[in-house]
Parts: sequence; structure tokens; C-alpha cells
Amino acid sequence: MPDFAPVIGLEVHVQLNTATKMFCACPNRFGDPPNTNVCPVCLGLPGALPVPNAAAIEAAVKAALYLNCSVSSFSKFDRKNYFYPDLPKAYQISQYDLPIGTRGSLEIEVSGTTRRIGITRIHLEEDAGKLVHAPGASLVDLNRAGTPLLEIVSAPEIFSPEEAYAYLSSLRLLMLYLGISNCNMEEGSLRCDANISLRPAGSSTLGTKVEIKNLNSFKGVQKALAFEIKRQSSLLATGTPIVQETRLYDAATDKTLSMRSKEEAHDYRYFPDPDLVPMTFSPEYLARLRDNLPETPQHRAQRFVSAFGLSQYDATVLTSDPALASYFEDTIAAGASPKLAANWIANNLLSALHQTSTSIGACKIRPPQLAALINLVETGTLSSTSAKTVVFPAVFEKGIDPNAVVAEMGLAQVSDTTQIDQWVVDAIRANPDVLDSLRKGKVKAVAKLVGSVMQMSRGKANAALVSQRIAAILKDMHGIEISG
Amino acid sequence: METVREWLNALRTGECSARDAVTTALERIRTVDPQLQAVIAIDPERALAQADTIDRQRAGGEDPGPLAGLPIGIKDVICEKDVECTCASQILKGYRPPYDATVITMLRRAGAIPVARLNMDEFAMGSSTDHSAFAITRNPWDTNRIPGGSSGGSAAAVAARMLPCALGSDTGGSIRQPAALCGVTGLKPTYGRVSRYGLVAYASSLDQIGPLALTVEDIALLLPHLAGHDPHDATSANLPVPNYPAALFQDLRGVRLGVPKEYFIAGLDPAVETAVRSALHLFARNGADCVEISLPHTEYAIATYYIIATAEASSNLARYDGIHYGWRAPESTTLDEVYSHTRRRGFGEEVIRRIILGTYVLSSGYYDAYYLKALKVRTLIRQDFTRAFDTVDAIVTPTSPTPAFALGEKLNDPLQMYLSDIFTVSVNLAGIPGLSVPCGFSPDGLPIGLQILAKPFDEMMLLRVGHAWQQLTDFHLRRPPVCATSFSRPTTHA
Ligand SMILES: [Zn+2]
Repeated sequence: MPDFAPVIGLEVHVQLNTATKMFCACPNRFGDPPNTNVCPVCLGLPGALPVPNAAAIEAAVKAALYLNCSVSSFSKFDRKNYFYPDLPKAYQISQYDLPIGTRGSLEIEVSGTTRRIGITRIHLEEDAGKLVHAPGASLVDLNRAGTPLLEIVSAPEIFSPEEAYAYLSSLRLLMLYLGISNCNMEEGSLRCDANISLRPAGSSTLGTKVEIKNLNSFKGVQKALAFEIKRQSSLLATGTPIVQETRLYDAATDKTLSMRSKEEAHDYRYFPDPDLVPMTFSPEYLARLRDNLPETPQHRAQRFVSAFGLSQYDATVLTSDPALASYFEDTIAAGASPKLAANWIANNLLSALHQTSTSIGACKIRPPQLAALINLVETGTLSSTSAKTVVFPAVFEKGIDPNAVVAEMGLAQVSDTTQIDQWVVDAIRANPDVLDSLRKGKVKAVAKLVGSVMQMSRGKANAALVSQRIAAILKDMHGIEISG
Repeated sequence: METVREWLNALRTGECSARDAVTTALERIRTVDPQLQAVIAIDPERALAQADTIDRQRAGGEDPGPLAGLPIGIKDVICEKDVECTCASQILKGYRPPYDATVITMLRRAGAIPVARLNMDEFAMGSSTDHSAFAITRNPWDTNRIPGGSSGGSAAAVAARMLPCALGSDTGGSIRQPAALCGVTGLKPTYGRVSRYGLVAYASSLDQIGPLALTVEDIALLLPHLAGHDPHDATSANLPVPNYPAALFQDLRGVRLGVPKEYFIAGLDPAVETAVRSALHLFARNGADCVEISLPHTEYAIATYYIIATAEASSNLARYDGIHYGWRAPESTTLDEVYSHTRRRGFGEEVIRRIILGTYVLSSGYYDAYYLKALKVRTLIRQDFTRAFDTVDAIVTPTSPTPAFALGEKLNDPLQMYLSDIFTVSVNLAGIPGLSVPCGFSPDGLPIGLQILAKPFDEMMLLRVGHAWQQLTDFHLRRPPVCATSFSRPTTHA
């Protein structure tokens, strides 16, 4: 079979998390009872008129700037005309020839190699409603109709399913950093369609393009593209031409199925929406937005390495979610040592969040509490073991002050040398056989003394200090050297 | 009580309560409308309830608003909450909007009482009001003739003195042309002056709501309660609203009137030309300075208008698909059938013709040759006016090339019907305001209208020139043969 190389382009729709919809004052909220967040405008009632949401326009411009797009001073809304029951006006207000942003780019990393993927355009539009299929009837829910939607179209510069996955992860992270979308694929606030064509390896002409829809997860995108590469390769290998069409991905069978061919494709008859006036962006406005863009995830990771001495790995983990990165910085600001904070967050906190399916935002242990816990261990007040096994789970569950847990459960560690020395002397006296064993070179017998001290202290003795004092007392009082 | 001023005087002095006013208007409608069919629907209970509220407010010493108790007719294209709004179309039969248009809210706040829904060409598409799915409205001056359109119901109702005033909408002349043909006064305000929120769209970049009444003075009394910025309409202008009635105190001296040579063309009815020419003489004799001007792109206006208006209409009317509201063809089973049967049977021929035209001019492969070119010509037409207003204060033209034509005369000749808009469409393309006032009668006794145009947002100039004209003439006060006040005295209980 000859070698074919895929050329992939991705079309991503990101729902903006503005308080209200794109062209009316209805709440922009997911999960409410059907047709409750609606008004004459988003129901497309005769005579109702759209008024653009300034916050959505600003979010779109910020996204365009963040993705290195050029944003021209003039942009407008157009109507995309087609009939469908979830589209109450029978046209979608979208953008055609003058999108908010053009010619941007996005950096991705696959197996250690960094590549820049071009972004052809970013435009703003309104979402359609949803069809709910009931037995014997199809119902229309227009709560989603009019939700502000950003469409981000990549250049056909993605060359493998893995790169497609990386592109989506990177894009999602940037949108999360901007804070303009929840990027939740299950709730549909991030959606993706893929275009893929194959060409003989080394060739520069593009093959026939197939569009894949119904991609419900990043993994799904990767798998659907892998399936298409196999399907199209075997067709091409036998000389069968590829049909230009739209295919649906079925996650259950991990296959794509033909939906409609190009002959049935729409003529959307785009034209400028006469109900809306063009948008103009002054150089001052654009400069102000540009100056206030958040740090990129890459920059933030770099800063974590250089400013806090974190490993590249920890820095990447902590910046993989802007809320997590902020949590980390807040923990440091609350007085924790950066390296310890990074360890606690990257290991204990993340695995607890994962196990309980909690988001960092909903996490009950807040940065000041985590900082307090870290400091209890660092000052020796609390043993690292008690901290991990008793105090952290309690604070994580209830969001209470770690000091209170330590006090209430009597977990404060004894680091008082005089007290520890007393326990060590008592332990030696109670276990005379240990001295004999030690003199015979059986160094492991020390463990019995440690155990005895811990028993006497009911586990509260500072373990490191106990070992240190046993060695000192054995040497000073009994002439036994156990170091080494 | 015929003019708005007379009605308001009677209401203010207590000679007539708001209930009397509504009762009188309803009685006049019952008397005269069977001959004219200007009214699609009335809701006496609702109107009387509002009237009683106003009477109670007045009795309690509250100010019920400057238009308190004034009955007004509403073209059936403007939404009133819970009142059936059909746009004279089968496809919206039974549709009751859940909200008020901004103009309705403003009028109610001023105390005006909407009493009747008025007939029109279906979806405001037509110049005759015989393209209504429900009834053919007749001209009060000759019931064998059309009243003009598309606001024919509004013009006929005012001309026949059923109502002192009405709202119409004007996309290519739909207020001015029926006003001219029925012998009443009608204003199309500047695009953006009056909110379009709640006006069922025909062509969004051209549509504008405006008042029809007997006199320019009445228009000046109504306009402050229609004009102004509306945050619900992104195309509405955020400009202060002038004190319109102040325009009535200025005369014609020093006013420069432009007369475009392109408007005196072959096909212009001689009676219309004579009436307009004598109007110009009268203006000149009373201190105005009349000069010939040129609007060189006039000949392209009709073609440009029918491309832009139909393109926008094809999109605006796509929502009537039988899914969400209005009428649905009952026998449809598949989704495609719901769409095609509902739209094929729900729309009338003229509406279907314009939807197809508009779909065509926006189609891929034709867009540049038609729609894009039309947008460019529209800019040229707008520039014609901008240039003209560098040298003149107002422009004076005939409103319509002919007086009212016979019922059904142009029903099967759409091109002929389109040409009756020849003097009015440029105004919508340019977005400027236009006023039509009665200026004479044809030998058959049919009214003739004079159109006065001004620069954007200079409605003051239109009212000034129009009112001065009506101080010099009495065409606007003549009653048609079918006229409510000719048969019966208004019912008033002092
Ligand atoms: Zn809404």
C-alpha cells in the first residue's frame, strides 16, 4: 500500500460564558428547563430585533488577539440563511467576509517537538437551539438559541490525529486562560468538526476533503481521524476516488458514516445583516485589550521554573489549568514554600480532586489552608505522615482550618529534646537486650527503641528527632556508634 | 371632531371622555368600514378598558398623557401584546405577539388608544392594498379604486374620518403613496428616527414606521410620541428629539426648494404634473425660492430598490416556516413538506414572487451582479441627495405618478405596480425623511399628493414646508364621498 499523508483542518466552536445571550438579555445558562431562557428576540418572533452583546464582542476580540490574529478596525455581522427547526429565524447571525480575526497561530507540542499551526479566521455568531427527539415527535428547546459562539478555523496544517489532539488541548487551554468559555465538551460549550484529505506522501497538492461531524471528545477527534486515514488510504490504494462529503463519527463503533454529499450542500446566501450596524474597533481599544491579555500558559510555566525553581514537569502540570496555576500562586502568597506547595498540589491535591471528581474551583481546601498545612509540617509541628493521612483528608472534605484539626485530634508532634531524651533513656532501660544486640553489630535492633519511644509518646514524637537522639544517647552513654 | 387637534381639544376640555372617543371611533368604523374594508380587526373591550383607565386618571387629577384618549389605528404589521397580528397574511393567521412594539409602548404612555388593526398589502408588499389575504380595501374617493399601499387601510381609515390618525410603515413609499391617493397627510421619518422594534420586517434597511393624519399639524403632534432612541433597535439613532410643533410657527420665507428634473417624466399623469407645478408657483409666491436640481441616479432607483428589498425580504420572511408559530399546512407529514406546503399556501402570490426574486439575487453566482451592484447604486443615490441638500433645504416632487388606479388594474402586471413607487423608493434607499400632503384633485375628483423631502433627521423642515402649504390651501380638509362625519354627528356626552 503506498504511503498517504493526511492534511487536517479543525473548525472549533467555543460558547462564550457571558452573562447574557449574543443579541438579547436572556440568561446564557446551561441546564435549565426547556424554553425558559427565551424572549421575542431569541425566539425569532416577527418584529423582534437583535442588539449585540458588547461583552461577547470584547471576548471575541480578546480571543483573536490572544491567538495572534490580526484584528481589523472594521467588522460586521452577516446572515447565514438555511431552514432547520432549531433555527427560529431561519438564518443564523454570523460573520462572512469580515470576521473579527484573521491569520493567527497557535503553538502545539507533540512528542517533544513544537509546531505552529495557522489559524485562518475567528468569527462571532449565535448558537442554534436544540432538538429533543421524543417517541413520535421532535421537540425544540430554544434555551441555547442565541448563545454567543466563537468559531475558530485552523489552517489545513495539522498532519496527524495526535497533532489534532494537541491543537485542541492547546486551544482549550488558551480559552480557559482567557476565561471566556467553560470549554466543557459534555455540555457542548466546546465543539469540533474536522476536515481531512489524504495525498501521496511528499506531494503538495491537496486531495479530496471529507468533513467529520459529531465529534464529542478530543479522544473522539483523534480516533475518528485515525479511522478516516485508514478508510481513505485503503480506497486510494485500490484507485477508488474519495467522495467529497460530510461523515458522522459514531463513538460506539469507532467508525465514520456518510451523512450527505456535496450535491446536497447548502447555498447559505450570506449577506450583511441589515438589523445590525458594523463594529468598529479603534487602535486605542485594541491596544488596551492587547495590553491586558493574560499571560500565556507557556509563559506562566516558564515563570514557575525561573521564579520558584520548579521542575519543568511540575510547572507544566500546574499551568495545565489556569485555576490550578492561580491556586498554586495563591498558596505561595499565603506563605507556603513554592517547592512544597508544588508537591502538595501536583500530588496530593490533584489525586484527591480526581478521586472525588471535584474541580479546583469547587475544592474546599483553599490556598491559605493548604499553606497552613504545609507550614505545620515544615516547622515540625505535624508529622508528614499525619499531615497526609489524617489532616489533609479532613481539611479536603470539610474545608476547615488545619490547625483546628491538629488541635482537636491531638496530632501536634513533640519536638522537645528534653522530653524525647527522657523517652529514649526509658526505652533503653526497658529493653536491655537491645544494647547486647547492638554491641554484636545488629544495627537493626535500634528499631525496637524507636518503636518503644513512639509507643510512649503515643505516636507524637518527631520521628526524625527520635532517631537523632537515640544515636546521640547510645554514643554518649553507652559508647555504641550506630551511624552509617 | 376630525383632526387630531380637534379630538385632543374635545378630550382636554372634557367635552368628550376617553370612553366617548373610543365609542365614537368604533361607531364610525361600524358605519363606514363595510364600504371600505380598511379595518382587519377591532377589540372594543380592550380599547374601552384603556379608555376607562384614562378617564379614571383624569378624574383623579392625574395627567393621563398628552395624547390621552386619542383613538389611533395600527397597521396590522406592528405588534401589540396579545392582539392578533397577521400582516394581512394567511401564514400569520391567529398569531398573537407576546410583546408590544416600542411605538405602541410610547403611544400608550402618551395616552393614545389603539382601537383598530388596519389592512395592508400582505407583509407590506404592494402599492394597492389588494394584495391582502383577507379583504380588498377601497379608496373613499372612489370605491372602485385602490387606496394605494401598502398602508392602504391606514390611509383609507383616516381619509374617511373613521379615525383621526393611524400608524403605517413605509419601505418604498407605503405611507406616502396611499396618503397621496387617499388625500391625507403621511410622514415617513428618517431611517433610525422611529424604532422598528415590533415592526414585522419586510426590508430591514428600508422599513420605517410613520404617522398618517389629516394635517401636518396633527403629524407634528404625534411625532414626538413616536421618535427617539430605542436600545432595542441597533439601527435607531441616538439623537435628541426636536420640539416638532415648533416647526409650525415658521413660514416659507427664505426656504430653498429643489425641484428634481428627473421626476417630471413621460408617464407622469398631466393632472399630477399640473397640480405639482401650481404648488411650486404658490410656494414661490409665498417667499420660497424654487430651483431646478438634478438627482442623476433616479432612473436606477426602482431596480435597486427591488433587488435590495426582495433580498432582505427573502431572509426576513424565511422564519414563517410553520414550525414555531402562525399557520401550518395541516396535511404535511415530513419536515420538507411542512416547509413547502406551509409557505406555498400560506403566502400570497406577490409575497412568493418577491421571496423568489430575493433568493435569486443573493444566490451564489448572482450576488455580485445583483445584490452587490445594487448596494453600490444605493450609495450613488444617497450621494445624489447629499449633494442636492448642499444647495436646497427641501425637495418637492409628485408623490405618485398617477392618482388612484382601478381595483385589480395592476394585479397581474407587477412591473406596472412597481412603477407607481418610482418617486418614493429613492427616499428609502437614501434613508431621508419624506412627507406627502394633498395638493389637488384630478378631473375625476381623485386626490393628488405632493412629496416633500429633507435631509436626514430634518423632519422639522418637512413640517415647516408642509404646514405652510396647508395654511395656503384646503385640499387636506376636503371630505371624500365615503366619510364618517358626513353621515352622523359624533356621539359626545359632555
Ligand atoms: Zn432572548
